[in-house]
Amino acid sequence: MSEFSVEATDIVRTFNNGEFRALDGVSLQVPTGQVFGLLGPNGSGKTTMVRILSTVLAPTEGRAIVAGYDVVKQPSQVRRSIGLAGQFAAVDENLTGFENLRMVGFLNHMEKSRAIARSRQLLVDFGLADFAHKLTSTYSGGMRRRLDLAAALVADPPILFLDEPTTGLDPQSRQDLWAIIEGLVEGGTTVLLTTQYLEEADRLCKQLVVLDHGKIIAEGTSSQLKSSLGNTVLVLTFSSTGDAQQTLGLIADISAKPANVDGTIIELTVDRGPASAAEALRRIDSSEIVLAGLQLREPSLDDIFLNLTGHKAEDDVKVVEEKLSRRARRKAKAQV
Amino acid sequence: MTTTPLTTAESTPHQGSVSLAVRDVITLARRNLLALIRVPTALVFMVIQPVMFVLLFRYIFQSLGAFTQGNYVNFLVPGILVQTTIFGAVGTAIGLAEDLQRGLIERFKALPMARMAVLAGRTLADSARNVIVLIIITGVGFLVGFRPHGGFFDYIAACLIMLLFAYCLSWGFAFVGLAAPNSETAQAMTFPLIFPLTFASTVFIPLYELPGWLQGFANNQPVSQTTDAVRALMRGTPIGDSVWVSLAWSIGLIAVLAPLAVNQFRKIA
Repeated sequence: MSEFSVEATDIVRTFNNGEFRALDGVSLQVPTGQVFGLLGPNGSGKTTMVRILSTVLAPTEGRAIVAGYDVVKQPSQVRRSIGLAGQFAAVDENLTGFENLRMVGFLNHMEKSRAIARSRQLLVDFGLADFAHKLTSTYSGGMRRRLDLAAALVADPPILFLDEPTTGLDPQSRQDLWAIIEGLVEGGTTVLLTTQYLEEADRLCKQLVVLDHGKIIAEGTSSQLKSSLGNTVLVLTFSSTGDAQQTLGLIADISAKPANVDGTIIELTVDRGPASAAEALRRIDSSEIVLAGLQLREPSLDDIFLNLTGHKAEDDVKVVEEKLSRRARRKAKAQV
Repeated sequence: MTTTPLTTAESTPHQGSVSLAVRDVITLARRNLLALIRVPTALVFMVIQPVMFVLLFRYIFQSLGAFTQGNYVNFLVPGILVQTTIFGAVGTAIGLAEDLQRGLIERFKALPMARMAVLAGRTLADSARNVIVLIIITGVGFLVGFRPHGGFFDYIAACLIMLLFAYCLSWGFAFVGLAAPNSETAQAMTFPLIFPLTFASTVFIPLYELPGWLQGFANNQPVSQTTDAVRALMRGTPIGDSVWVSLAWSIGLIAVLAPLAVNQFRKIA
C-alpha cells in the first residue's frame, strides 16, 4: 500500500473569472489508513478542496493525485476509488433508503445482486434496517446523514471524502457518526474530512490542516495546534466597555497571546488557567473596577483563528459571504 | 514519494462502456419515474391546467368554429396537446435544479457513471411522463367531443412528432435548470421562453386570426410548425411540409441545446 492516498500540490481554484480565489495554492498529503482533517470556518475553501479531490470540480491550477490517479487526467479511475458524502445529505427524497443505496450501487456499475446485498448490509450496519423501505422524506436529520454516508460506502471505496459530516446534527447523532468513521478507519479506509469543530478534529483526525481564505495557515496534530495556542481561554465580563478597556491595560501581559476584546468581554488565551485567573483577579481587585463574570473554557476553532490570523472565524464568514459564488448561495438556500 | 494506484473496488462487470452508459441512463430514468408514483400530486397538477384549457376554450371559443373549418374542439385539442408537452418539458428544468439544490448532482459527478446519463435519464423520464399526460388529455378531449378524423397510425405519428419536439426542447430546459440558482427561479426563467412560443402560435387560433405583425413570427416558429403537423395528421387534412419542418427544428434544436446542457453540467459543482 502506498504511503499517501491523496497528494495535492499547489491547488488554485478561482470563481467569477478569477475575481474570487477560493483556493490559493493549497498542498497536502493524506497518509493512507488515517483520518485527515481540513479545519476552517465557512468560506475558507474546505468544500472546494473536497470537490476538486473528488473530481466534481476541476482545479484552476495545480495537480492532485488520488489513489494514484490524476483527478484531471484520470477522473474515472479516481471515481472508482472514492466515496463522497457532501455537505448536505444528498439523498433522493422520493426513494426509500434501500432504493437510494441500490441506485448508487448500480451507478457504480456493481452487479445487480451485489448492489442489493451490499445495500441491505449497509442499512443493517447503520441502524436503518427498520426504515429501509420508508421514503427518505420521512427520515430525521441524523438518519439522512447516516444514509448519505452509507451511499458513499456502497462500492467499498478505499478513500472517503466527508464534507462536514456532523454539521447540524444533535450530540447523540454526532457521537454515532464518529463511531462509524472510527470503525471504517480501523478497517483500513482513508478518510479526509472537513469540519468547523475543533472537538471533532481532536477526536477523529490524526493530522490536520487549518484553512483560511483558501490558504493553509497551520498544520500538525490537533494537540500541537492546541499547545501552540495555550490550553485555556480566560473569559472576563464587565458591566461597561470602559471597564473592559481599562482592565485590558492591567492584565494584557498575563499572556503572550493577544487578548480579544468584544464590547464588555475580554478573552485571554493562557497556558495555566487557574493560576492566570487568580493573577487577573488580584489585579482587578486592587483597582476600582468591578468584575461581572469570570469563566475558563477550552480553546475553540475561533480561538485558534484569532491566534493564527488576528481575526475571528466569523469575520471571515462576513467577508466571504459577499464574495460567495452563485453556487454557494444556492446551497445555503437549500439548507434553509 | 510517488504513489502507485491502489486496487480499486472490483465491482465493474465486464461490459462495454456503451452498454454501461445505457444502464446508467435506465437507472436514472427509473429513479425519476419512481418520483411520479411517489408524489402523484405532481402529475395531477401537470394535468389540471391543460384539462381546464380544453374545457374552458372548448366552450368559450367555440364560435371560432366558423374560421377553423369545422368544430373548434378538433382544432383546439391537438394544439393543447402540443402546448402541454412543451410545458411538460419545463419539468426538466425544475427537476435538475432540485437535484442540484439537494446535492444529488454533486454525488452523481463523483460516481464512475456516464456523464450524459444524468441529463439523458432526466429528459427521457420527462418524455415518458409526457406520454401519460398525452393519453389523459386525449381522453378528456374525447369526452368533450374531440373526434380526430385522421387514422390511428396518423394519430400515433402526430404524438411522436410532438414528443420528439418536446424532448429536444427539454435539453434547453436542462441547461436552464443547471444554470438557475434554484428550482423556483428555473421555472420562472422558462416562462419568457415558452409563453411567446406557445401563445404567439397556431396553438389556439388559426394563423390568419393573429394580428398581421405577429403572423410572420408565428408562422415561422417551431411550435406553430409542430402544431400544424400534429393537427393535420390528427384531423386527416393535408400536412404540407409542416411534418418535415417540425422534424428539422427538432434535430436542429437538440444539436445546439444538448452540447450547451452537457457543457453546463461539466461546469457546475
